Amino acid sequence: MTGFATPLANYLLLAALLFAIGLAGALTRRNAIMVLIGIELMLNAANLNLIAFWRYGPHPEALTGMMFAIFSIAVAAAEAAVGLGLVIAIYRHTNTTDLDKMNRMKG
Amino acid sequence: MNPVFYILAVLTLAGGLAAILLRSLVHSVLAVTAAFAGLALVFLQLDAQFAGFAQILIYIGAVAILIVFAVLLTRSSELPKSGVFSNTWIVGLVIAAGVFAVLGWAVLESMSAVPQQAAVPAVTVHDIGNALMGRYVLPLEIVALLLTAATIGAVIVAMHEKEGPK
Repeated sequence: MTGFATPLANYLLLAALLFAIGLAGALTRRNAIMVLIGIELMLNAANLNLIAFWRYGPHPEALTGMMFAIFSIAVAAAEAAVGLGLVIAIYRHTNTTDLDKMNRMKG
Repeated sequence: MNPVFYILAVLTLAGGLAAILLRSLVHSVLAVTAAFAGLALVFLQLDAQFAGFAQILIYIGAVAILIVFAVLLTRSSELPKSGVFSNTWIVGLVIAAGVFAVLGWAVLESMSAVPQQAAVPAVTVHDIGNALMGRYVLPLEIVALLLTAATIGAVIVAMHEKEGPK
């Protein structure tokens, strides 16, 4: 990453790169838990965008981006709990976490 | 732009890359924890103390531990013989590269429109607490309800079926 004129652009590029890494992880790995890790990385990248825009936006005292990031962190925690619970339930049913083998909708 | 940002960016990106490239799932969780920590430090560097410490508490303290538990409960730490990458991994890589190209292009093209430089915002945790209890009290209650529902739902979904464990 080379130096750019605005600090905000640096943060946005970091967030974009992190989002792409998370997306690549979610799309290329076989294991369902790795897909959840990729989704967590993408959510984190979105949070970084929100915080960066809050920091360099015209009205940081309104706390809008900060609140958005805090609620997003809370929702991401709930998502992780439910997602991992689903993975464990599917594992108990099929004895695998390999997504390529989970190819039927019948239980 | 100070060098601290670059150090933290390299730490975060290295953690993320290692997480998706390492074969062992336990190593991946460790690497993603490093990425979460790097991102928490980036938040601190952006003068968002509350978000930074919330990130440490929730992601490193809760989500990473939860993922480790799931890895151990599903015996995913054993390496599969068929490889860790999906059959259609090349498609996923192309999609991710395309998304990054579009996002990066959008950021670089709009460089003149984004705010240039801002003073350090004088926002304390006190202000955040006041805002959470005042203007944002309804979203706060909804998030509390959502977290309760998600916790109960996760327990019910992961609970043993009536014939017991297989």
